[in-house]
Amino acid sequence: MSSRSATVPGLGMLRETGKLFALGLDISRGLFQRPFQLREFIQQAWFIASVTILPTALVAIPFGAIISLQFGSLASQLGAESYTGAGSVLATVQQAAPLVTALLVAGAGGSAICADIGARTIREEIDAMEVLGVSAVQRLIVPRVLACMLVAVLLNGMVSVIGVLGGYFFNVVLQGGTPGAYLASFSALAQLPDLWVGEIKALIFGFLAAVVASYRGLNPPPGPKGVGDAVNQSVVITFLLLFVVNVVMTLIYLQLVPPKLG
Amino acid sequence: MGAEVVIEGLTKSFGKQAIWRDVTLNLPPGEVSVMLGPSGTGKSVFLKSMIGLLKPDKGKCEINGTDIVRCSERKLYETRKLFGVLFQDGALFGSMNLYDNVAFPLREHTKKSETEVRKIVLEKLELTGLSGAEDKLPGEISGGMRKRAGLARALVLDPEIILCDEPDSGLDPVRTAYLSQLLIDLNAQIDATILIVTHNINLARTVPDNIGMLFRKELVMFGPREVLLTSDEPVVEQFLNGRRLGPIGMSEEKDSAQMALEQEQADAGHHDGSTEDLRGIVPQLQPTPGLPERQGAIRRKDRVVQVLHTLPEPAREGIIASLTPEERRHYGIPEPAVTAGGRTQVQGNLPAGDVADLPGSPAWPSAEQSAPTQPLRPRRGGA
Repeated sequence: MSSRSATVPGLGMLRETGKLFALGLDISRGLFQRPFQLREFIQQAWFIASVTILPTALVAIPFGAIISLQFGSLASQLGAESYTGAGSVLATVQQAAPLVTALLVAGAGGSAICADIGARTIREEIDAMEVLGVSAVQRLIVPRVLACMLVAVLLNGMVSVIGVLGGYFFNVVLQGGTPGAYLASFSALAQLPDLWVGEIKALIFGFLAAVVASYRGLNPPPGPKGVGDAVNQSVVITFLLLFVVNVVMTLIYLQLVPPKLG
Repeated sequence: MGAEVVIEGLTKSFGKQAIWRDVTLNLPPGEVSVMLGPSGTGKSVFLKSMIGLLKPDKGKCEINGTDIVRCSERKLYETRKLFGVLFQDGALFGSMNLYDNVAFPLREHTKKSETEVRKIVLEKLELTGLSGAEDKLPGEISGGMRKRAGLARALVLDPEIILCDEPDSGLDPVRTAYLSQLLIDLNAQIDATILIVTHNINLARTVPDNIGMLFRKELVMFGPREVLLTSDEPVVEQFLNGRRLGPIGMSEEKDSAQMALEQEQADAGHHDGSTEDLRGIVPQLQPTPGLPERQGAIRRKDRVVQVLHTLPEPAREGIIASLTPEERRHYGIPEPAVTAGGRTQVQGNLPAGDVADLPGSPAWPSAEQSAPTQPLRPRRGGA
């Protein structure tokens, strides 16, 4: 098998991708297997939340602001100031919030997971656990993936609120928009599914970030430097995946859910 | 009784590089075996393949009838509960203290109450000499302690098979001796099948019932300890004596030019690294007095005597010499002829009547197993 990988370019990459998907499937199956590792889950959720909450909040404010400012100035050029609220809120809730959340969950939480699992792998702890008849996926990975998903969903809510408030502040205070028009256009064009899709995206991004981090952590290149490389790769791979998946999900959403016409 | 491990035609390679080919051996239930081999011959890979951590390319590895190579994942996890594995560095969980590390398998696999867990854990920690270190994290203790803690963890589930990956590396000779004794005592108590991967010659000479050796991508030999210890196979001889002279080189193999050069230097009086010829059969380590007899050793005797005629001459003599006259009569083996071997001579010279009126002769049948040669010693001076 491996002798062919040297001759056919790209086969190695395909194999890695296949293994990643296999791990994803194992994890999905593990989500429903008992016993559930509640303790590990709570510890990990707490840990991921603690490393992501502050950076996310700090990123959310300027992110809401730039969207609001950009959209506000464009709208005023077109003479559609009254729709600034709708535009910036929708952009924030549907796109910016899940992406910001995912980038931070991947960057702060995923890298920590990858480093932790990677270090355990090279120290043979994972092997030892497997040999003791305990599935490492079930015992270590599943709680982490669930924790990532939960934290991503919760963070997404926080980013949405902070982003919308920040956008409101910058539009109303700095660009001289009218509060009433901002809110009115918002409720005219936004609908509940917009929030749902944002949350579903966050859920899936959280899952992806954790699966990629765990995969790289379980299969690091040899040696301590390998763990460093694995962490690096896991963050890069997650970012790439997130943007691709985001495009696909946005397309599907726009096809499936008809826009609300004010 | 420990589980039997049957390995047939096991082959493993990483990419194009073959690690070992066609390894066939049989770990008899309840016996202690040692796998020797120069560094880098895939001994650890062999261990990992046995427990299904690595997937061999070909062959089978049956444990109690389950083929580890091909069974379902559920079955694999079930079978692994039979194993206790001691990894090279102990492989303790870095985030847990020693107590939790040792308690981990109990908490995962049994429904024991916390008081029962505590009792077992403290007992195993005591056994490995770690009492009082329960609260330490693996990062805070020495390598030797980590190793012993790893052994304690491997033992809590009373495994049927114990695999030790270089139990002696990083341990001083005294601790290694204690560890060897511990393994033999364990074997006497729970009758587990034990496989030790090592390159410690002293351990290999005194501990196991069977010895195997991996070299040049294959199993050079595997069999009763007497066979390998008396073998004149160049690789085995070189390895046992720790000499530079021979087929094993600094990198795994040596070319003939290098070999010739070294031979020349040695002939000219250059030291070849060895001290004395360590080959030959030395008495095997016995369980601490007071412990039950090793069932594995008894079964082994039956097994070895059956194949006695197929073994090479020196090994056969060694085995016969290690039997007590009582056992020889039981197996119908004639008293050995007087040979050059020192131990054989001592036993051969003893008149049969002398043996019968040894001190405490009513207790003789039970004492003979735990120390077969001991009762003869005081007599040696007199005879």
